[in-house]
This record gives sequence, structure tokens and C-alpha cells, in this order.
Amino acid sequence: MNIGVVLRQVPDLIEPLEVDASGTALDLSAATFVVNETDDHALEQALLLKESGGGTVTVVALDFGEVDNTLYTAAAKGADRILKLAWDESQSPTPHRAAAALAEALRTLAPDLVLVGVQAHDELDGALAPLLAARLGWPYVGVIRGVKQAAEGGSVVVCKEFPGAVMARLVVRLPAVLGILGAEQPPRYVPVSRIRAAMKSTRFEEAAHAAGTGPAGIAVTHMAPPPAGARAEMIAGSDTEVAQRIVEILAQKGLLK
Amino acid sequence: MSGSDILVLAEVHRGTLADITFELLAAARGLVGGSGGEVVALVLSENGAAFAPALGAADRILLVDHSALANYAPEPFLAALAEVVTARSPRAVLIGATSIGWDLAPLLAARLDAPLALGCKAISAEDSALAVTASFCGGKMVAELRIDRAPAVLMVLPGSFRAAEAAGKAQVEPCTLSASLEPAAIRFEEFLLPEAGDVDITQQDILVAVGRGIQQKENIELAEQLAQVLGGAVCASRPVVDQGWLPTTRQVGKSGMTVRPKLYLAFGISGAPEHQEGMKNSELIVAVNTDPRAPIFDIAHYGAQVDALELLPALVEAIGARKG
Repeated sequence: MNIGVVLRQVPDLIEPLEVDASGTALDLSAATFVVNETDDHALEQALLLKESGGGTVTVVALDFGEVDNTLYTAAAKGADRILKLAWDESQSPTPHRAAAALAEALRTLAPDLVLVGVQAHDELDGALAPLLAARLGWPYVGVIRGVKQAAEGGSVVVCKEFPGAVMARLVVRLPAVLGILGAEQPPRYVPVSRIRAAMKSTRFEEAAHAAGTGPAGIAVTHMAPPPAGARAEMIAGSDTEVAQRIVEILAQKGLLK
Repeated sequence: MSGSDILVLAEVHRGTLADITFELLAAARGLVGGSGGEVVALVLSENGAAFAPALGAADRILLVDHSALANYAPEPFLAALAEVVTARSPRAVLIGATSIGWDLAPLLAARLDAPLALGCKAISAEDSALAVTASFCGGKMVAELRIDRAPAVLMVLPGSFRAAEAAGKAQVEPCTLSASLEPAAIRFEEFLLPEAGDVDITQQDILVAVGRGIQQKENIELAEQLAQVLGGAVCASRPVVDQGWLPTTRQVGKSGMTVRPKLYLAFGISGAPEHQEGMKNSELIVAVNTDPRAPIFDIAHYGAQVDALELLPALVEAIGARKG
């Protein structure tokens, strides 16, 4: 099975986020970027499928943020091909803009299956995975935790997650796009030495496709962080002082028995 | 149905109406206001008439009954939803940010070329437009959106609206569709239920919850020690379960369990909306996080901006000293 995986860059939530001068968008020039977490799971799931049933894994990404590091890491993990798409760094890769370019690239690659993270935390007016499916005209199902090759050829069996740790098992005929929430196992760790080796041995394929336009009829009028600590009474002090205060609170509430 | 109506997707999961349905009905009621529009609930199910009595908060209930809608698969649900929306032209379609909603809301918007807003926490009508407050970036950013094109597809975060009570008797209207609802490329096979045997975190009075801030699997032992001295159990946010450090039966949040313990101690959990959904009704929430802007502090009763890995052993020691 030949699998296409989309890897996106998203602002690292560990770092403070800032709004740009327009007041309606994130200031991406001030952001540190990391690979989108569920995309990382999509890559892991693709590698597991390749290892169990053969085929290839092709990673497709926009040339945005710290993407080279992400792509070398993907190569070190076992991706067979890396396709990097030209992108205007001044343009935020919103789902609608990105979907147009990524879908064209995937159409050319013609994989059997496309795996994409089910969501990215910076998505606001679109979700990339179903947008790709719509552009490709392929079926889509998301919130997937685990994909296996089906006994019947040309299909995969997926687990869709529901509340209460309940899964629904679905059979998906290929080609299809799946929105991955989690792989069957955590994304693999690769040592820095292997990433360095991949930096020397990996050649990115490069292509350019037109970006899409944003959806009509919707606009951001204001953006800001929510007020911090709106309700919590903050406990200050050393670890020991904080611990003592929490114990007092629990005792007052009758929670220490 | 008119262009002022608000359509709510009534979500049915394993034979039960999901709680989000009643929250969506409340949001819809606020939107129709004095516009003359109706709150319309759409039930896509097999034998969906059984749900009508519970949907009295709607003005009208549209029933699409079909054997292909007995269990969820995207294609028949999307085909039915798209046909109803196209035929009825509502001002907005409200869908919960659930496992099903994450499929149907963006797919519907793509099919109809309609505007879509994710993470909706508040919605109001302003003349010809809708004003939406949406949470994103894991709850660390809020955007105000203006939508001036119908139908707006709004994916609403669970817990954003107080559930509507069944007010009266809504008019029930069966729908006959022209679209084929037979599953095509995606076929439901079965539900897989969690294996029995693990701790049922929904039944615990005290939960010690760990998130990404716990850093590595070995550190969960610190939380286990605290849970032991408190007589509670350890649970986690999604990243910890994704790493395989705890089973899915210990996951709290949208795709995990919903808990309401007497005490919820959150260590190293930022408090993304998906996590808050599963624990915000806890009687007492104490949150520990090094990030002062962590959204968990917005719903916690008490908070401390310290390192969870340092505080956990200090708490075990302090509780031990208190108990003698």
C-alpha cells in the first residue's frame, strides 16, 4: 500500500502566542513551530502499516516554519519519499489555502491512502483532513485511533474513537483520507545521530502548486488570549508552602481521611 | 422552514441522544430570538421517532429514518444532512464538536461551500450576520468571527451552553430524501467496548490527573503515590494516553471519560477545551501548571504555578505528616 502523509507546522503552545498588528491573526513571525501532534501520529501509523504490509510512505509538507527539521526526522523514521511544496512564508497556511496545494500534490502522487492529523490546534475556519478528501473526491472518516490492512484487498479497517473509551470498527474502501487522532503506538523516537545522517542522505523532492483562497462569508474581527486565571485562586509560595496550603484546603473540605 | 431557522443536528450514539444535543438546542433558541425563525432538530437514525419526546426544546423535529442510519458511517449521514440543509436553507447548522461532528461539520461545509467555524463557545445574531466566539490553540486564544453567509456551519464545543429543558411538544415531521443513504466506501462493523477490569474513574471521589507536564512514564508513579494516600485513582489527559503510559480507560475528556469527582487534582494539564469537557463539573478542582496562561486555571477553584514533579512528592509528604 502506498501511503501519503501530510505533516503540518503549528505554533508551539509551550511558547507564548502573540496576535499581529491587525489584531485578527496570530503573529507567526514571533512563533516557534513544531510538527502538528496528530500529524506525527499519522506518520507513525503509516510507518506501522508499511512495516506490516509493505508499500511506501511519502510525506508531503508545505515549505513553512521549521519544516526541514520535521522532514529530516520523518526520513530518519523511515519515510521513503519527501515532497516539499513551495509556500509564500508571508501567507498563513490556513486549511483552505493549504488544502488546494496539498490536494494537487496528492492527486499527482496518487497514493492508496492519505493519513492526516484529524485536527491542528490553530484551525479556526476549516479542517484540513476533510478538506483534502473533498478536493480529492475521496471518502473521509476522522477521529481514528488505529488502522490495519483489511483481509479483503483494497480496504483498511479503522477504529473510530467515541466517548467512554468506546471504539467503532469501520471498513474503509480505498482510496480514502483518514483523520488520525492517534497511532496504534506512540510516535517512535529517533536519535539525533540518525536525523543527522538523514540530513546528509535525504533529498527532498520539490514542487509548486497554487494556494487556495479562504472561505467566503466568514472573517475574524478580533483575536486575543483569554483572560488568565479567571476563576482560580492562585496559591503562591515554595513547593512545601503550596503543598501545605493544598492540604489545608483538602482538610477543610473533608477530603482527607 | 425559513431562512431564519436554526438547524440542530441531534446526535444519537449507541441508542441514546448525546448531551450535546440539548446544549445545541439552547444555543439555537438564543439565536432565533424574535426573528420568527424556528429551532429545528434533525434526527438521523433508525426509528428516530423514539427520541422526539426528549426534544421538546425544539419547535420542529425532522426525522430521517433509515436502516443505514442505525450506526454511524459518514456517507449516509452526510448525504442526509446535506440534502436537508439544501432543501430547508437554515440560517445556521449547529453540530457538536464530537467524534461525529468532527466528520460531519467540515464535510458539510465543504460540500455546500458554506462557512465553517470550529470551537464555537458563544454565538449571537447581529442583524444579517452571526457573531461567533471561538476558542482555538488549545484554549490559549479566542477569536471573534463574523459570518454573513448562510448556512453557517458551527461546530460547538460541548459545555458552552446550558442544556435546554424539554419545553413543549415539538411538531414532528418525517422527511423523505432523494439521496441514496446506503453506505458506499465506509461501512460500520461493530462497537468495541473497553475491557472490564481497570479502575472505573467515573466512580472515584478523588482523581489525580496527569498531563503532558508529567514528562515521562516513570513519573506517573509520583501521581500513583499521591492517589494512594488520598484514597483515589490516577487519570490522564489525552497526550499521556497517546504515549501509551496509561490505558484509554483512564483518559478524561472529549474522547475519554466524563468525571465529576469531589476532588480533581490536575498536574501538568494545560486544560484544552477537549479535556475540560470531561472534568469541569468536578466539585473541587486544584490545578498545578508552570504556565500561568494555562486554560485549566480558568475553571480551577485553586491553582499553583509550580512544577508538578516537585509538588507531587511534597504533597505526599505533607499529607503523610498531617495524617501522622
